[in-house]
Amino acid sequence: MSDLSANVVILGAGHAGGTAAALLRQYGHAGPISLIGDEPLAPYQRPPLSKAWLKGEADADSLALKPLEFYAEHQIDFRPNIRAVKLRRSDKVVELSDGSTLHYDILILATGARAIKLPVPGADLAGLLELRTAADAEALKAAVGPGKRLAVVGGGYIGLEVAASGRALGAEVVVIERESRLLARVACEALSSFFQGVHETHGVHFEMGASVTGFVGENGHVTGVTLADGRTIACDAAVIGVGATPNDELAAESGLETARGVVVDLEARTSDPSIFAIGDVAHRPMPIYGRMFRMESVPNALEQAKQAASAITGRPAPAGEVPWQWSDQYDLKLQIAGYAFDTDEVLLRGDPASGKFAVFHLKGDQIQSVEAINSPPEFMMGKQLIGNRKSVSKAKLSDLSVSMKEVVA
Amino acid sequence: MAKITYIEHDGTEHVVDVKTGLTVMEGAVKNNVPGIDADCGGACACATCHVYVDEAWKDKTGESSAMEESMLDFAENVEPNSRLSCQIKVSDALDGLIVRLPESQH
Repeated sequence: MSDLSANVVILGAGHAGGTAAALLRQYGHAGPISLIGDEPLAPYQRPPLSKAWLKGEADADSLALKPLEFYAEHQIDFRPNIRAVKLRRSDKVVELSDGSTLHYDILILATGARAIKLPVPGADLAGLLELRTAADAEALKAAVGPGKRLAVVGGGYIGLEVAASGRALGAEVVVIERESRLLARVACEALSSFFQGVHETHGVHFEMGASVTGFVGENGHVTGVTLADGRTIACDAAVIGVGATPNDELAAESGLETARGVVVDLEARTSDPSIFAIGDVAHRPMPIYGRMFRMESVPNALEQAKQAASAITGRPAPAGEVPWQWSDQYDLKLQIAGYAFDTDEVLLRGDPASGKFAVFHLKGDQIQSVEAINSPPEFMMGKQLIGNRKSVSKAKLSDLSVSMKEVVA
Repeated sequence: MAKITYIEHDGTEHVVDVKTGLTVMEGAVKNNVPGIDADCGGACACATCHVYVDEAWKDKTGESSAMEESMLDFAENVEPNSRLSCQIKVSDALDGLIVRLPESQH
């Protein structure tokens, strides 16, 4: 049941919202499309912000998902610097921050997530940065450079990518992590220690198992990070990368079902049939794992944009996907497929000392997830095997002399 | 600047001007040519910008890197003229380039 002339309003002009708008036109949607974004820029790619862009290897044009003319040419009413403040589902109206209102037949929530702030003294000092937007990246770029001391709070992927870029720009970098190892929530121990070793080789310092108790400053600008053990780590700027929280308040206040994210089905449809939620804000089903969760990744944003645009235009739903993500640090390419749910074994293929290896997380003889360092075959084949649920031979999988094409049991 | 012809699997042609310095992938994505997904935005991480380079243009588009080869080795419907279009930089020398798109990138 689709109506190609329906009035579609998309709240959020990030990777998910921008892609949904473009796909709706590509799929033949003829009705009005409004794309509402609270940033000054048209939809752009965020991943390079912590990598190529920070190092000056990409510019605003290359970050843009589409040239600005694209939106007018395709009758997409893109409106920057504005946000929705209230959703009135009873009369299908969105109230915007400039006081105007917008009627919708179909609404897509693509409001993303925001960086979690540390609830500690001094958290409002200048020089404390986060990295979600191009404006954040601009501030960070201005703050790092030769001789500058950068503190990175949080040893997750964003923190580590910033650390690598900071070193490339000549800054001194110290990473402060609360857990005893890096990437503690998302990666296995072998990978954690591998990454720490690589970063140390590149001159990054680490404070592990260190709780941040506050920030100190002079003249309103940060000069140091204080730790629970009483020490102060001096810095000229600090980046806080301790996770994100979904921007689901608008949905929750309007009575849509939420669960740390807006709850959706396999079409990305919320508990209100006229409203979809996609990208970082959505709490979605993932059939290959038989559970629901929220993901923060570009592939997830693209997949859900496809699901919503397909449902709205009456196309068949896209085939189920295997979630994946990537990270670039120095000359390392990390590619991850799947999530390590319900696993009972971790299997190493290759030698971490060679800088080229993969970690497989198994449930019985099925692969649930793979983390591949400079190992595209392990990533590509692993991703396929996660999707088709074929049983693998553990002996073959751990034997580098056996091709990834031959590891099925 | 180079004029590039992208031919979809169903034969639909898209002829677009692509600025020097962009990649063949970016030329498609920024001009809304369907059939090149480019999920990773050009990081050579996903193999969803697979194209077949017209035989006459194989030499001019250069060699693929080991990383690209190894990604392509596991993509669907790979042919000897398969490339990842995010790894082909556009220059004046590629004016007139013709690439064909596979049926699906996934």
